[in-house]
Amino acid sequence: MSSIETTTVELVVNGKRYKRQIEPRLLLADFLRHEIGLKGTHIGCAHGVCGACTVQIDDKTARSCLHFAIDVQNSEIKTVESLATPEKLHPIQQAFHESHALQCGFCTPGILMTTEEFLRGNPNPDDDEIRKALCNNMCRCTGYVNIVKAVGLAATSMSAAENE
Amino acid sequence: MKPAKFEYHAPKTLDEAVNLLGRYGEDARILAGGQSLVPLLNFRIFQPQALISINHCAELAYLRVEPDGLVCGALTRQAEAEQSADVQDTCPLLSAALPWIGGVSNRNRGTVCGSLAHADPLAELTAVAMALDARFSIVGTKGRRQASAAEFFLGDLTTCIEPGEMLEAVHFPRSGKNASAAFVEVGNRWHGFAVVGVGAHVECDDVGVFQTVRLSAIGVGSTPVRLTESEKILQGTRGETQALQEACNVAAVDLDPPGGFHADSAYKSGVLGTLVERALNETQALRLQKEAR
Repeated sequence: MSSIETTTVELVVNGKRYKRQIEPRLLLADFLRHEIGLKGTHIGCAHGVCGACTVQIDDKTARSCLHFAIDVQNSEIKTVESLATPEKLHPIQQAFHESHALQCGFCTPGILMTTEEFLRGNPNPDDDEIRKALCNNMCRCTGYVNIVKAVGLAATSMSAAENE
Repeated sequence: MKPAKFEYHAPKTLDEAVNLLGRYGEDARILAGGQSLVPLLNFRIFQPQALISINHCAELAYLRVEPDGLVCGALTRQAEAEQSADVQDTCPLLSAALPWIGGVSNRNRGTVCGSLAHADPLAELTAVAMALDARFSIVGTKGRRQASAAEFFLGDLTTCIEPGEMLEAVHFPRSGKNASAAFVEVGNRWHGFAVVGVGAHVECDDVGVFQTVRLSAIGVGSTPVRLTESEKILQGTRGETQALQEACNVAAVDLDPPGGFHADSAYKSGVLGTLVERALNETQALRLQKEAR
């Protein structure tokens, strides 16, 4: 396959298949926001440093500003919109809400997606592990204290739900 | 910040990728994990005519243990290598260095070979390749060739890979059974860019005498450097305080580290010695732990 002008791509995002005409240079982050209207994924730095655009590719976190939509056609993409249902927040979102773990909220989607992967691998982390897991997600408002608290709370509530 | 237009290719096999490289020569870039390349495309520092994505060449994603070492294919992700027991067994310095790269989301996508081929002077894996005398398998339209680490790294973002060629795999020699290894660095924040980093690989005999000492550093030159003077001093000792101190003192002796925004040259020379000490102390602690088991 070779193309410079627009070409048809098919991406699976949050379980739904989308077909669009795009340029190869379209970043995954821009595909999500501007082609299919999922504006929960935010673009902060656009060079892989801030973490705001973090999504999951095949259940592993990735920077959507560092991938081309055309190049991830055979993968399953998950964005922050995959977490909640219309009725209920995801336990991680609930914990962020209860712990007042966001102020402007710009970094939050990336932090939620990072936390989801982290807690899957480490359901019972200590604060040091939480801080290290979030070290590549910048937050300019909170000072991180409540974010660390929220991740701990999410871990506790998710483990409790698991044991029920 | 959006990349300039490029032609996109997604070959399914290495042969197809090499053919494309032949067609474009210096006008093409290989795209693997993209963790270093895409920022440069987004900034338009690089504006290649074509991107050849090897993300769909399944045959390049492998970690193979061979009698003489570990072979890592061009599409092996850093996270995969980091979690591999085979890597820990055959090449503990690689295992020790991998967690220092970026964050988890970078390592999930970034590849071992990509980091080496990009040759950022602050890339941890370049120090590993240098310390262990890794061998690079380079493939192009004219065939295959091998390069040693010393031949491979030529300067800042520059390797001996010619236009029309790509890095197919890297081979890390097998470490001895009793090897212990550590990677340490200083930076401005946890998992930010390194200012200076040091990798240490040590193999001792039964009574704790250093048989093999391999030390390398990043951040003190435009390529990773072997700290040969420090190695020579430590060889044959047990890493006693005096030898250790001497080795740390001479670490920067032949170097003139480039000063930068975060640290000047003198600081880098000084901290290099400190890091050599930390790395060696860590390898010693690991060795004692192993013996106690």
